Amino acid sequence: MHILLRGRDIDNIKQLAVYEKHDGFAGMKKALAMTPAEVIDVVKASGLRGRGGAGFPTGVKWSFIPQHEPVKFVTINADESETGTFKDREIMEENPYQLIEGSLICAYAIQAKAVYIYLRGEFWDIGDQLDECIEALREKGFVGKNIMGSGYDCEVYTHLGAGAYICGEESALLNSLEGYLGQPRVRPPFPAQKGGGLYKEATVVNNVETLANVPYIMSEGADAFKAIGTEQSAGNKIYCVSGHVKRSGNYELPMGTTFRELLYDHAGGPLYEDRPFKAMLPSGGSGPIVPLTDEVLDTPMSYEDCANIGTIIGSASIIVMDETVDMTWVASKVTKFFKHESCGKCTPCREGTYWLDKVIDRILDGRGSPDDVKRIADVAENMAGTTLCALGDFAANPIIHTIRHFPDDFAQHVQS
Amino acid sequence: MAIIGNSKYEERINHHIAKYETKRSAVMPLLYIAQEEYGWVNQDGINEVAQLLNLDPTQVKSIAGFYTMYSEKPKGVYWLQVCTDLPCALQGADDFHAWLKEELGVEEGGTSADGMFTVEHVMCLAACDKAPMLQCNFRYVEDLDQNKMRELLAKWRAEAAASMNGRSAE
Repeated sequence: MHILLRGRDIDNIKQLAVYEKHDGFAGMKKALAMTPAEVIDVVKASGLRGRGGAGFPTGVKWSFIPQHEPVKFVTINADESETGTFKDREIMEENPYQLIEGSLICAYAIQAKAVYIYLRGEFWDIGDQLDECIEALREKGFVGKNIMGSGYDCEVYTHLGAGAYICGEESALLNSLEGYLGQPRVRPPFPAQKGGGLYKEATVVNNVETLANVPYIMSEGADAFKAIGTEQSAGNKIYCVSGHVKRSGNYELPMGTTFRELLYDHAGGPLYEDRPFKAMLPSGGSGPIVPLTDEVLDTPMSYEDCANIGTIIGSASIIVMDETVDMTWVASKVTKFFKHESCGKCTPCREGTYWLDKVIDRILDGRGSPDDVKRIADVAENMAGTTLCALGDFAANPIIHTIRHFPDDFAQHVQS
Repeated sequence: MAIIGNSKYEERINHHIAKYETKRSAVMPLLYIAQEEYGWVNQDGINEVAQLLNLDPTQVKSIAGFYTMYSEKPKGVYWLQVCTDLPCALQGADDFHAWLKEELGVEEGGTSADGMFTVEHVMCLAACDKAPMLQCNFRYVEDLDQNKMRELLAKWRAEAAASMNGRSAE
C-alpha cells in the first residue's frame, strides 16, 4: 500500500478535487480541531523520523520550537541533491497536495507564520506546479488568512535554489533562502532556536518525504503509522534504486524490509545475469559503502539494523554495483562530486576533497604508489569530524570505506 | 533590454520581493529573471538586481558565482548539461558524454562552432533511474542513447533555424 506514492494508485491525485475525495485534508481538519501541542504529541507518538537522511524524530524536532516566540517558520527541504536520490521529485510531481497538507499541519503545530519550500533549481517546473496548488488552496481558504475558519493564518511560498548540493544542509539552506551564500552556519544557535533559524527566528526544517507522511498520521492516527515498519523505524520509506539492477526506480515499502527483497523481488536482481552484485551505497554518495554479501542482503532496511552492518539507511538512495565495477573508480567518482560541491568554507573539506581527487586520479592513472593509498586514507580520516557541516564527513566516507572493504581494488593500481 | 521597467517582468519581480521578509532574499529569483532577459548573467543584469534590492553589485555577483545554474558567460542556443554522476555513469553516462562532445566537436564547457550547443557535465540531477540523461536549457531529457540524441540534435537545429527565419522575416 502506498502512503506517499499515491499517484501510482489514484489517477489525477495531483488535482485538488481528486485529492480531497481520497481523504485529502482530513488530517489537516483533525489537526485544526486539536491544540498545537496535541498535534506534536501525535507526531511524536507515531515514531516518524526524518527522511532526509539523519533520521531524527520529527515530533521531537517540532517540540524544540519555543512556543512563546511570536514569529516562527517552516522550511521544507526539497533540494534533493544527494547522489542517487529521486524520491521527493516523484512525491511533488505526482502527489503535491499531500506535501502541502503535511507542511501546513507542521506549521499549525508550531504556529508558524509561513512555509517556504526550498526546491533545487532544476525542479522549476515542480515549483510552478506547487505555486498553482498553493493558489488553488488559497481560493478554498486552505492557505492564507483564517485557514478553514480556524483563525490560524499561514502563507506558503516556493523558492528555487540554483544548483548547489550544500543547500540541502539545513543551515546552508537557510542562508541561501536569505540571499546569502549557501554555506553552513556555526551552531548553536540551532535552527529551532531564536537566532538560529530563518531570519533569525525559530524554524523547523523538514524533508519533503517526512512531511508527506504527516497527513496519514493525523487522519489514521499514530498507532496506525507505528504498526508499519519496525520498533525504532516506523512507517514506509521510499527506496530509490539505481545502478546495476533490472528495474531501477522508486519503491515505497515498510521500513525493515530486507535489502534482498528490495533488490531481487522488486528491482529484479542483477542487470546482467552473469554479473553478480558486488557492492552498494545504501545512502547515496554520503553513506558508507558495503559489500553485497548474504549477511548484508538479509539485513532489514531500518535505522537500527543498518548500523549493525556498519552503514546507514539515510535517505535510502541505494546505488547498486556489480562485480565489473572497480571500487577505486567509485571512490574517484564520489570524491569528484564532493570536491565540486564543497562550499569552500571549511579548510579540511575544501582542501581535503581537492587533495583526495588529485591523488586518486594519480592512482587510477597507474602513477600511484602503495603509500598513496595510505595517504588518501589518512587525509580522509583527518577531514572527518573537523567541519561545520556533515559534508566533510560525507566526503571522507567513500575513501575510508572503499579502502576498508575493497583493498584489492586499490592494490591492483599501485603494484609496481 | 532591461529588467527594470520591463512590463514583461514587473509582476514577477514584485511577487518575489513581496514574498520574503527581507529584500535580499529575492536575489536568487531575480538573478533567474536577469538570466532570462540577457541569456546569461551579465554585468547589466547584476547591476539591475542590485539596484532593485538595495544591494552592492559585488554582493549580487558573489551569489551568481556560487551557483552552477547562473551562467556567467554566454552559452549556445541549447545549453546541454549531462549528468555523469555515479548512478548515471554506471549506465554509461561517461561514454555518452564523451560521444556527445565528439559529435558536436566541442571541449568540456565549450560551444559548437555554429553557436548552437554548449556541452558540460554536471552532478546528480535526481533522475538516476532514467540514465543517461541531460538537461537542455533546464528541461530534463531522459533515457537517452546515441540514436535518440542524434534525432534530438537534428530537431533542435531545425527549431532554431525556423525561429531565426521567422525573426528575419519580421
